[in-house]
Amino acid sequence: MKINRFAEVGNWVLERFPLAKVWEEHMTHYYAPKNFNIWYFFGSLALLMLANQLVTGILLTMNYKPDAKLAFDSVEYIMRDVHWGWLIRYMHSTGASAFFIVVYLHMFRGLMYGSFKQPRELIWIFGMLIFVCLMAEAFMGYLLPWGQMSYWGAQVIISLFSAIPVIGDDLSLWVRGDYVVSDATLNRFFAFHVISVPLVLILLVFMHLVALHEVGSNNPDGVEIKKYKNEMGIPLDGIPFHPYFTVKDIFGASVFLLFFATVIFYMPEMNGYFLEHANFIPADPMKTPEHIAPVWYFTPFYAILRAIPDKFAGVVGMGGAIVVLFLLPWLDRNPVKSIRYRSGFYKKALLLFVISFIGLGYLGTQPATPTLTMFARIFTAIYFGFFLLMPLYTRWEKTKPVPKRLTPHHSLEEDLPALFEELTLLKHSDSENGDPAFRGSFFNLRPNPDGIIKVLGRFAKKIVESLD
Amino acid sequence: MTNEGVDTSKRQFLTSALTVVGAVGTGYLAVPFLAQMQPSVKAMAAGAPVEVDISKMESGQLLRVEWRGKPVWILNRTPEMLSTLPTLASQLRDPNSEESIQPASSKNPVRAIKPEVFVAIGLCTHLGCSPTFRPEIAPHDLGDRWHGGFFCPCHGSWFDLAGRVYQGVPAPTNLEIPPYRYVSATQIVIGESAEEKRA
Repeated sequence: MKINRFAEVGNWVLERFPLAKVWEEHMTHYYAPKNFNIWYFFGSLALLMLANQLVTGILLTMNYKPDAKLAFDSVEYIMRDVHWGWLIRYMHSTGASAFFIVVYLHMFRGLMYGSFKQPRELIWIFGMLIFVCLMAEAFMGYLLPWGQMSYWGAQVIISLFSAIPVIGDDLSLWVRGDYVVSDATLNRFFAFHVISVPLVLILLVFMHLVALHEVGSNNPDGVEIKKYKNEMGIPLDGIPFHPYFTVKDIFGASVFLLFFATVIFYMPEMNGYFLEHANFIPADPMKTPEHIAPVWYFTPFYAILRAIPDKFAGVVGMGGAIVVLFLLPWLDRNPVKSIRYRSGFYKKALLLFVISFIGLGYLGTQPATPTLTMFARIFTAIYFGFFLLMPLYTRWEKTKPVPKRLTPHHSLEEDLPALFEELTLLKHSDSENGDPAFRGSFFNLRPNPDGIIKVLGRFAKKIVESLD
Repeated sequence: MTNEGVDTSKRQFLTSALTVVGAVGTGYLAVPFLAQMQPSVKAMAAGAPVEVDISKMESGQLLRVEWRGKPVWILNRTPEMLSTLPTLASQLRDPNSEESIQPASSKNPVRAIKPEVFVAIGLCTHLGCSPTFRPEIAPHDLGDRWHGGFFCPCHGSWFDLAGRVYQGVPAPTNLEIPPYRYVSATQIVIGESAEEKRA
């Protein structure tokens, strides 16, 4: 009787709202490639971090005051006097860094497996717009605590606009709403950070997912699973997103949250990388901190800005570093998607790009000495070279044959027992002196030095081979 | 939808007319929406002049005062400091301050009304950090070429003790000099130029 009532209410809703249809279309009857690997966790993790930022952000606004006189103290009030305020703030501040880690890995996945290529160009464009929004969101959010780094960071970044010819000065004045970074700036950044940008962000994430579900996911083999379907029209290499990938993603989320919680509870400032030391001093418009650097996720672009010894060209270089990413689907002329079947040249170029990106990220945190500036210039050249020379080198690449269907790949789990055996030394028990009960038996002894050298040698050879 | 008996040219006209009127309306609405982000009337009025007493300044001392929310430096230059200025011209980007901002009364080799009292806005012309005052000669972190001046920690711009920018650094022009004038020998007003007062 009661069950019937429930079903009736359910039916009443479903007749008026297509909940079941949406669920089926996007979860139980949405087929994703069965060979997703660890790199495919970061999309759902990014969604998790977005939810984290929204919830903790809303809670923080309940005690934060967007006023130049009150802001710094209200943050300290949240940290000391609001029940669990420290946790909510650290979840939000660590969440920002974690969000960028996840998003950078998600973007790198796309670069590796060619997820930006036809027919997924729009997914990449939406994703890049999300990235730009995230940077705006992070930058404006960083002003809110009104510490020294907040203040001078905003001063430097807003001054970037003034490098634009003709309209530059008026534009930066319009952004600030005052002649210097002031209460007016703080108040409007609060409005943008809390309302405008999150709304745009949510809309873009929605469009990113709609576009993704229209064409379907790419995969580590970079082949389209929709080409081979069974008689029911289901891709032969696809499995339903729910329950298979929901469960996989929940596992990924729990591992991720383990690391996330460790940072929140034990190193929320991450040695000045997640929350900079100078930001624990209230903003002082009279004095710039001795060494100013942006938070780590902006440092690669900041290093490019500093590497170019001209104000306008520096700003163009910094903006150009992001614009080239938008153009990626049209710069890469090679039809082969996955790195598994691309040439050694491309693999080496990608490796070089990763090294220069991380290198720039490190240099952006350091003071600019002549030697470091020279390195920053080399890395900047590699960064732009990787993208701008792409139309040339991707056209004449010697690629490997691409399989028609997904290839089986063995997992670490399958390899582990054999690996363990190799690392174990079998030792005969001492026949003279040992315990008589064990005479004649064998013992497993780890580690086995010869085995370790052999395994390491094979591993090194594999890495070198994988670059061919 | 049936198009029977429909005057399509009339429909076309109405659609165009509505688009144009809508665009004009949106434009009108955009003006107040965008203009409200300009500095408010109050912020524009807040730039009142600041009066500073420099009688107690020692030789070589730097005084920081706030004017329009910006740091303004007043440096009492020693004769040694002044003597190094003419020797630097070859290393500077704009030694005669042709492309830099300063009132006419300060457009001279020492960039000041009275040579010993140097007044400047303490914000780097690159991206607006406040440079640090480094009067010492050839400190180990800046090297032998350093003859005392202002060093911007953000992006490594160099300025001499007249706020003139060195070559090969990111800052494009010399430090800006605000309008200022002497009320008496030991009183200066920042925010009012000597030229304005005379006129």
